[in-house]
Amino acid sequence: MEENLKKVTLHDVHEHLGAKMVPFAGYAMPVRYSSDKEEHLAVRNGVGIFDVSHMGEFLLKGPKALDLIQKVCSNDAAKLSDGQAQYSYLPNEQGGIIDDLLVYRIGEEEYLLVVNASNIEKDWNWISSHNVDGVLMENISDDISLFAVQGPKAMEALQALTDIDLNSIKFYTFKIGEFAGAEEVIVSATGYTGAGGFELYVKNGDAIAVWKKIMTAGAAQGIQPIGLGARDTLRMEMGYCLYGNDIDDTTSPLEAGLGWVTKFSKKFINAEALKTQKDSGIIKKLVGFKMIDKGIPRQGYDILDEKGQPVGRVTSGTLSPVLNIGIGMGYVPLALAKPGTEVRIAIRNKQLRAVVQKLPLV
Amino acid sequence: MNIPEALKYTKDHEWVKIDGEEIIVGITDFAQKELGDIVYVEIETEGEEVAQNEVFGTVEAVKTVSDLFMPLSGTVLEVNADLEDNPEKVNEAPYEDGWMIKMQLSNKEELESLLSAEDYKTLIGS
Repeated sequence: MEENLKKVTLHDVHEHLGAKMVPFAGYAMPVRYSSDKEEHLAVRNGVGIFDVSHMGEFLLKGPKALDLIQKVCSNDAAKLSDGQAQYSYLPNEQGGIIDDLLVYRIGEEEYLLVVNASNIEKDWNWISSHNVDGVLMENISDDISLFAVQGPKAMEALQALTDIDLNSIKFYTFKIGEFAGAEEVIVSATGYTGAGGFELYVKNGDAIAVWKKIMTAGAAQGIQPIGLGARDTLRMEMGYCLYGNDIDDTTSPLEAGLGWVTKFSKKFINAEALKTQKDSGIIKKLVGFKMIDKGIPRQGYDILDEKGQPVGRVTSGTLSPVLNIGIGMGYVPLALAKPGTEVRIAIRNKQLRAVVQKLPLV
Repeated sequence: MNIPEALKYTKDHEWVKIDGEEIIVGITDFAQKELGDIVYVEIETEGEEVAQNEVFGTVEAVKTVSDLFMPLSGTVLEVNADLEDNPEKVNEAPYEDGWMIKMQLSNKEELESLLSAEDYKTLIGS
């Protein structure tokens, strides 16, 4: 392990749990505690807890905070009420994506942006460069631990730890309150697994105690720690984009299927060019696919048409622990993007058959 | 970490069991742990002669794919057919049911290039 990696607050807790720690976005992160498959299925069928404290958090405050967010983000944050969150992205001026993120409205003049760990500095610099009206910006990434408690039994596992009625927190809303003895915890009904559950933003000073209380409270539901490996396979089954794999500075958000969070009803960076692209029509599209033949697609493998001609690349791929077959995502020409279309994936010296599928893949 | 004394090893994390003329090859306990859940073992070199350090197959885990390297030059005599349906045996019993190939050695001098259990432990820092 490289010595200069940043450690999350729970680093030693993860090591004691037997986690394999790997470098990820500059942090030493738990990739696996027991088995990728077992952890994946625990989240799909029961409940698991992820430490995703490497994620970045920015607080934006002041009367012009919303204006700044509206300028740099693609989605319409004016639609948010207090206690609501939305998925969004930061468009660049070249038609690509700086990052994807969550925007939380804490109050009329206070917002929380949650960004990818690998992009914290890039996003901070970008948003700062557009902050011409004196919005108070605070990078609290190093002060906050983030736990995702995900799975159909998440609510059952957590309810005893708080007076907040978890059932009242609808998807993409949040409440702030006492949780497991810690003050001002953000309890958010969001996640990256498609399995339901909550994400908990906790001050670092409370993090170890909160984690331990969750593990104890959730024991009856069989809660177990889940590594980033299963986080990745869970999101792939849902067809959620991962920044750096499926989207990046050069990919079109419209081709990536992010049109639903691209709101031309307001002004934002590069909106005009994206509108032009939308009007003239995209030429390729990010799709999900399942393998028909036995094989596992991986990032970078060629996608071929039925004649064997390369038409695109796999951007994410894995074995689906739920389906027990290979699944993946990648960009293909529009003509091949329709669900049911057969394509081929070049896996080593073979061309194996796959079929484009509607998302989610499970 | 289980590193049996009686076996020989390579820097590519394969083990070699030499039992008279019979040579059996698999991947080490360390390798299976690093790879995670193994879901697919693809070896299509049965009957072929493969040189030392050349690829004789591929092992797919949920999260990663890794080549299998021939520990010694020779002919792949037999592939563990059991792994077709039960690849998890590589995780469960890497030195027993999880074996990968039986091979015939073509150059006895290469035996000296293999690592002892002690050398291999040093290599992986165990």
